[in-house]
Amino acid sequence: MRRYFGRKLFTYTLTFFIAATIDWLIPRFMPGDPVAGLMAKQGGISPEGATALVQYYNNLFGLDRPIPEQFINFWASLLHGDLGRSVYGHGRPVTEAIMAAVPYTLALLIPAILLSWWAGNSFGALAARRKWLDSTVLPVGYILTATPYMWLGLVLAFVLGFSLRIFPLSGGYGFNLEPTLTWGFLTDLVAHWMMPFLSLFMVMFGGWAIGMRNMIIYELESDYSRYLEALGAPRGLVRKYAFRNAMLPQITGLALQLGVIVAGSLVTEIVFSYPGIGSLLFNAIKSEDYFLLQGIFLFIIVGVLLANFIVDIVYVIVDPRTRVGMRGGTA
Amino acid sequence: MTDVIKTEPKPESLPGAPKAEATAPARRTRGEFLYFALRSKKFLIALGILLVLIGIAILGPMIDATDPLAQQGLPMQPPTADPGNWFGTTYFGEDVFAQFANGLRATFFVGLLGGGLAALIGMAVGFTAGYRGGWTDEILNMLTNVVLVIPTLAVLIVISSYLKARGVLFEAVFVGMTSWPWAARAIRAQTFSLRSRDFIDLAKLSGRRAWKIIVQEIAPNMSSYLFMTFILLFGGAILMAASLDFIGLGPTGGMSLGLMMFNAVTWAALTLGIWWWFIPPGIGIMATVGALYVMNVGLDEIFNPKLREI
Repeated sequence: MRRYFGRKLFTYTLTFFIAATIDWLIPRFMPGDPVAGLMAKQGGISPEGATALVQYYNNLFGLDRPIPEQFINFWASLLHGDLGRSVYGHGRPVTEAIMAAVPYTLALLIPAILLSWWAGNSFGALAARRKWLDSTVLPVGYILTATPYMWLGLVLAFVLGFSLRIFPLSGGYGFNLEPTLTWGFLTDLVAHWMMPFLSLFMVMFGGWAIGMRNMIIYELESDYSRYLEALGAPRGLVRKYAFRNAMLPQITGLALQLGVIVAGSLVTEIVFSYPGIGSLLFNAIKSEDYFLLQGIFLFIIVGVLLANFIVDIVYVIVDPRTRVGMRGGTA
Repeated sequence: MTDVIKTEPKPESLPGAPKAEATAPARRTRGEFLYFALRSKKFLIALGILLVLIGIAILGPMIDATDPLAQQGLPMQPPTADPGNWFGTTYFGEDVFAQFANGLRATFFVGLLGGGLAALIGMAVGFTAGYRGGWTDEILNMLTNVVLVIPTLAVLIVISSYLKARGVLFEAVFVGMTSWPWAARAIRAQTFSLRSRDFIDLAKLSGRRAWKIIVQEIAPNMSSYLFMTFILLFGGAILMAASLDFIGLGPTGGMSLGLMMFNAVTWAALTLGIWWWFIPPGIGIMATVGALYVMNVGLDEIFNPKLREI
């Protein structure tokens, strides 16, 4: 078990190191100088003023130091949790801007992931090898999983928000409200949360339902199921075993899908102007706020790595083989 | 090392991903494939949808040669039966159909190139790791795991945001370069199971080079699997590119389905009620990717007799 986690931790540390290095490399070695980009936005400056400003920016971002020193400085401030200051947020520290947005993103993602995983797996397992259910769940599942997250969001916003006016179209809470712990504010919060949540939930639901349905069919065709059937075991028992075995790949599937899911929540937030990480990212791109962009990137990486680690732990708990010989997974 | 390998997640656990089926190296004849293909409803329906979409993508811009980025008529016209205005116009009076047809072209291009590139990298890494084993496998496995865990869209966002001019080609290459890991893993597992077979040993004894054995012996025995992997990568690349376009980091100066949605949202199509601006691109993507996925299941049933209708 220690070996298993040791390997995982090593991979994650390496991934973080590589990701952070990419993050550091890109502004320095990409065509197109970020300082030049900032300078382009300044109008009507004298040549002397311009050179002074370029110097100021280079000094501010530490770009006037030798490259190796820049790299070390980057890691030193990163490990102190200092991600620089956001231009878009009027000099607000990047960490602060991210922390303000995180609760919204997590409030969307965690329920959407868990509920869709549960509901999708239950439906998929029900549908497998049951003709009438299969012929409804399967097409619906495929349509949902092929739908781009943002488009389902747009359709929901148009139908439920614009036409029927059931839910508010955008934002995290009404513009006329202050964040307080009152009943009115909380219901408003939920009303704004509903549509982004629904669009994430529905797309993911389709994926899990299909995945589970396919896995169960494979399991029902495998030797142990055939053997059980031959022994005269009741159908329900065979299905139960098939379900348990099909569950494991669905857990690892969750880990594999995390990147896509996070990407989905980013674009969904943009559709609804939901004040989470996605909208922050969108604004950072629009205002060319590179510190904020880099900070968000690192934050997403850390979040996905952490989530991966949690899935690893869950896997060990669920699959007894990983605990005994650390050799489950493909058996 | 095998016990470590076994703790890795199953690549086929992606929703809709093909499952390992390399146990039957028997060569199928083309006739047999056709026989089952023509009887698979899923395969035929999906193929039909794809052909219609490809037709629109190829012929659309030819028949209706309007510039997708130039004002064609009155702004915000809802779709009517008039020829030339089937899809209505945008906030700027651009022809939605011209945008749709050109966008569909870009979508297929990104999918084909991005998915193809990802399949090539996945095959190169998967075959090498699975066939060589040992340290090569360890290193390639680590590389695969690292790229697998990194949320690729985030990387693409950071890179794209620094580039002022971006083409569809650039987008396709980047999507391809980041979406190969699960394919590499799946192909590696398959290669692993084939590697110790008698016919491979025989090929080794005959003194053939490693890459020749891979191309001539291993790849043909999992050709159906490789093809299905490519189809899934194709669909994945389209969705990924659409998300990137939607954030506003799509091709500059071109047209794509994701970009149509980005423009629609940017210019408040929702609150103005211009539904014909953002509904077609979404349906285009959904139909393309959905048809690819369904085709994949259809092919799975054609190649794998166990899965055919009960």
